[in-house]
Amino acid sequence: MVNITIDGKSVEVLEDTTILKAAEKAGIWIPTMCHSDYFEPYGVCRICSVEVVRGKRSRIVTACNYPVRGGMTVNTNSERVRWIRKVIMELMLSRWPNVKVVKEIAERLEIGIPRFVSLERDEREDACILCGMCVNMCNDVVKAGVLGFAHTGIKREVVLPFDERSDACIVCGACAHVCPTGHIKVVLEDYRGKKPEFTLGPKTPIYVPTLQAVPRVPVIDTDSCIHFKTGGCETCANACEPNAINYAMQDETVEIDVGQILIATGFDLFDATAMAQYGYGRLDNVYSSLEFESILNSTGPTGGKVLMKNGKEPRAVAIVHCIGSRDTNHHPYCSRVCCMYALKFAHLVRDRTDAAIYQFYIDMRAFGKGYEEFYTRLLDEGITMIRGKAAEVVEGSWNGNGEPSLKVRCEDTLIGKFREIPVDMVILCNAIEPRRDSDTVRRLFSLSKSPDGFFLERHPKLDPTATTTDGVFIAGCAQGPKDIPDTVAQAGSAAARILSLIAKGEVEIEPVRAMVQEEYCSGCKICNNLCPYGAIEFFEDRKVSHVNEALCKGCGTCVAACPSSAMTGQGFTDQQILAELTGLLA
Amino acid sequence: MAFEPKIIGFLCNWCSYTGADLAGVSRIKSAPNVRVIRTMCSGRVDPAFILKAFQLGADGVIVMGCHLGDCHYQEGNYKTIRRIPFLKRLIQGFGIDPRRLRLEWVSASEGDRFAEVVNEMTEEIRRLGPLTLQGQQEVLQPVAHR
Repeated sequence: MVNITIDGKSVEVLEDTTILKAAEKAGIWIPTMCHSDYFEPYGVCRICSVEVVRGKRSRIVTACNYPVRGGMTVNTNSERVRWIRKVIMELMLSRWPNVKVVKEIAERLEIGIPRFVSLERDEREDACILCGMCVNMCNDVVKAGVLGFAHTGIKREVVLPFDERSDACIVCGACAHVCPTGHIKVVLEDYRGKKPEFTLGPKTPIYVPTLQAVPRVPVIDTDSCIHFKTGGCETCANACEPNAINYAMQDETVEIDVGQILIATGFDLFDATAMAQYGYGRLDNVYSSLEFESILNSTGPTGGKVLMKNGKEPRAVAIVHCIGSRDTNHHPYCSRVCCMYALKFAHLVRDRTDAAIYQFYIDMRAFGKGYEEFYTRLLDEGITMIRGKAAEVVEGSWNGNGEPSLKVRCEDTLIGKFREIPVDMVILCNAIEPRRDSDTVRRLFSLSKSPDGFFLERHPKLDPTATTTDGVFIAGCAQGPKDIPDTVAQAGSAAARILSLIAKGEVEIEPVRAMVQEEYCSGCKICNNLCPYGAIEFFEDRKVSHVNEALCKGCGTCVAACPSSAMTGQGFTDQQILAELTGLLA
Repeated sequence: MAFEPKIIGFLCNWCSYTGADLAGVSRIKSAPNVRVIRTMCSGRVDPAFILKAFQLGADGVIVMGCHLGDCHYQEGNYKTIRRIPFLKRLIQGFGIDPRRLRLEWVSASEGDRFAEVVNEMTEEIRRLGPLTLQGQQEVLQPVAHR
């Protein structure tokens, strides 16, 4: 640590810190235009010039890249510094009179109308001031090496190679991010050329999946991360003090020995693009329930405000129930949770906007504790309930006055009329459906599925958390659509089942087992290879096979294959089955 | 009286037996001709049971197991899929039409499919008429069992 004096203020900093950083620590403002913490100091704008005094001599240096030495005295506001800054700012003002950063610094330094007239005067507010931040960003940080300077003197400009569109540009937007004037812009456009005000989903390649994620750590999307494209950037790694970011990390398969498994793999949301009549993915402001949930979230893209894609508040919102559920074309079952979250949405939209709210429902299913009360409370909040499934969502105009909006067409079965309702936003209540890889998981654990595709429990009433595979339990939406209280209850029950088995310390097995009658066993070993559990061992000394009862699951494949009928299946012996046969055919 | 086929169904405990149960619970109508014997796995069905069933007067035999890859015991149904085609050729030698023996995959969730398969099989056997084996009692002695 060394001590230096800046404008009479003493400040202690590490040696080799720049004067700019030391001044920052001392709370002294030094104007900068080309400096950024992302890359090494560049020192082209010269506006950060300060006077370094050593004994009787003084010297003008740029604060952004001049390292401090012990006992140094720096003046940031001396006559000489002020004069230099004035000339620089006047030159800049004469060339770029309307650029905000230039004007701001000039104002703060109390510089009036410049004395000079520039040959290259640029009146644009977003003119390029040649600070070079974008060039440094592209070359030193992103390492894409696309942007560069061309020409010299007053003809100097930032260009792409050969002044053409470049394939080397990875469209990371880092140049626009650092551009102080807004000369470089990132234009978000969808395939229709429309520009959304905000987008859903993660904003950066490194993100925490959800705020409630456990463990709450960020992940990197290697498809969009700059580092995985150019090997550069590493901004997140540099910013991370405990050095927790490791780009070399790979997916790995870890084998863990366990006695019991709880499968709680959850659900997927029905993809509403399959029902084209609702315009999801085609029309703006048609949202799925989870997307709208993120809009309502105070940490979401709109900060919890209910906004349309053009940034305005909607005048009317339609909430359409049963998208993909209770529908023989998609899922015949009821998704259970939608009616209640639809009411919650209505409540929150009512709370945060003045929009009219329409619910299009088939039946209201407020089945749980306190749910019906919430429903009746909502009815008093002035929400329009329309009994009838919405038929389609089309583009229309707001009450025929030419302003674009959406229109929901439906039959109102309570008044027996066809209705068209203008709205600005449509929220679809998508069905809960089994995860798309649930069949793979199911086969892995030898589970069955019920007709709806969710994992089948051992018994719907008496054993709703166990499965037909011993030691494998299910909970939550993996077993069927359910809300949070039901999921918590089922998960608790499954955990208790697991703990009771652990506490017991021993496992009860089904009495259905195969058994070898050793006096009839010829020692042919046919059964040994048939057993999927490796439960049959061969006694070399006695030349007979033997079933390990703890491993045997009782399928009986070996019994059916035994050529000398030495193998019998308890509960399903040849005699028993033949007796059944005789009885049935008598 | 019209001919009512007698069909023996060997059903796997984990899939088709539950599927048959589901068909019942769902009130799906199906022919009453299939008489069900539950086994823990379609792999437990000893070919001798099928021969015995024909000998005792069954007009058809249907074995139902889990879809391939879905076996509760990993691979029991793969054993079955190897045994049944052999058996079909064997029963031809006894003068039994191989269409009288069927192997079908019905999962626990396919109550409707169970009904469909049962109805189809019943119709087929009805078309084939009753099974007649010449001198059946003498030729086919009961299989050895203890």
